Amino acid sequence: MTITGSLENIGEYALLMKRVLTPPDRMREFFREFFKEMYKLGVNSIWIVVIISFFIGAVIVMQIALNVASPLLPRFTVGAVSREIILLEFSSTIMCLILSGKVGSNVATEIGTMRITEQVDALEIMGINSANYLILPKITAFVAFMPVLVIFSMFLGLYGGYVICYLTGTPPVSTYVYGIQAFFRESFVWYSIIKSMIFGFIIASVAAYYGYSVRGGALDVGRASTDSVVINSILILMTDLVFTQLAMG
Amino acid sequence: MIEVKNLIKEFEGRVVLDDISANFQKGAVNMIIGKSGSGKSVFLKCLVGLIRPTSGEIRYGGRNFLAMKNREMKRLRRDMGMLFQGSALFDSKTVLENVMFPLDVFSRKNQRERRKRAEFCLERVNLLDAADLFPSEISGGMMKRVAIARAIALNPKYLFCDEPNSGLDPKTSQMIDELIQDITRDFNMTSLVVSHDMNSVMNIGDYILFLNEGIKEWEGSKEHIMDSDNDKLNDFVFASDLFKKIKEADAIITGNEANEENRKKLIQRMEEEAKDL
Repeated sequence: MTITGSLENIGEYALLMKRVLTPPDRMREFFREFFKEMYKLGVNSIWIVVIISFFIGAVIVMQIALNVASPLLPRFTVGAVSREIILLEFSSTIMCLILSGKVGSNVATEIGTMRITEQVDALEIMGINSANYLILPKITAFVAFMPVLVIFSMFLGLYGGYVICYLTGTPPVSTYVYGIQAFFRESFVWYSIIKSMIFGFIIASVAAYYGYSVRGGALDVGRASTDSVVINSILILMTDLVFTQLAMG
Repeated sequence: MIEVKNLIKEFEGRVVLDDISANFQKGAVNMIIGKSGSGKSVFLKCLVGLIRPTSGEIRYGGRNFLAMKNREMKRLRRDMGMLFQGSALFDSKTVLENVMFPLDVFSRKNQRERRKRAEFCLERVNLLDAADLFPSEISGGMMKRVAIARAIALNPKYLFCDEPNSGLDPKTSQMIDELIQDITRDFNMTSLVVSHDMNSVMNIGDYILFLNEGIKEWEGSKEHIMDSDNDKLNDFVFASDLFKKIKEADAIITGNEANEENRKKLIQRMEEEAKDL
């Protein structure tokens, strides 16, 4: 990808967002699509969030318990450190990287297929702002549902750790529970939620851009879907770096 | 009525439409014909505003489409219905929801009235029974009919059809053609049909515009298309055996001097075929 090509993409993305972020023609239609998308992109992602968060939470606690076994550190450190990892990075950043694969490819493929089968043109002919009609409900629904997914992920990550402590006894459950409560800062939860909402916007909008700009056939839709996942992953990691420096640095 | 004046479209310096002017009449089926790659679809997309021409004028009822502001253009587009080559039905909606869609977005009527209108349009294309099916559950011909029902839902003044017969068997093709013709007459619309199917042209074409390599080669009625002396048009029209034979048979019936040679050729070919048999 050349520098000129990247700049062109940024320009096209900005122009597309200008068309997307306008008031909908009909609120009734917007809300109908909004709730459909919330179900499709958000509710349907709960199962993957549940499975991954539970197991990764358990593994994090197990690894920390094994590798931070020092007489100089109190045992509740395992719970405290696991909590910070899950709250600050896993439930927002890592979860969004995973969702960029599921949701990002879904959005890019759906819009890309609509593009190559002339469904987008059909909307334009009817005098509908197709970018606004197709993309705005996806972005708003996904961003609005992100806090739910993140909170689910936090609870299940910590619960995974609880289960592993219960099964192995390392550390004991009471010590783990004490650890996850020790030095707790509520602001970390808000930090994580806000960060995930920013990532949610990136995932939905970048994937929609790649889908909307598809020209050609099925191969191009596949390429757009892959590109959207790759670019989303890079953007999420870069934004995480910047956001962490700004908020915590 | 749609007037097109000196329309030019270039893609990166390559001229795809070269100085095309035409008038498309109200209440008539206007057909744009030509070989693949002759610029028919680009011409149609320019007319509906999906592609912006390099220069020229497109007038809808006297109003210049290309000079319109966004809002005015949007309003005009509500007077347009389009049937796409691949039907372009929304996969996630049922047949009824597809037809109701333009009504849901633009009509001020209540839900019951919108549904009634959609059902009327579906009945018009004989598909009321398929109202609850999804596009993936119906045949190509049915999809085309649903697309027609959706196109007429808002009672448009202009109907555009891009290759309405592509991928359909002859009988279904004829049914779609007749539907387009009936709807054009019933709703007094200006219809524009892009096609390379000569059967359709002879069936329903009131006015025919022949494009060749982006240039307007010929225009006229279907009554005159068979006896045109334009070589490029004749190449296109008589590319099919059926039309060749029709012309040859016509030559025999009229039996005039000019067609004598054709008559001899036909007799010779018939004799050869008889020998082969």
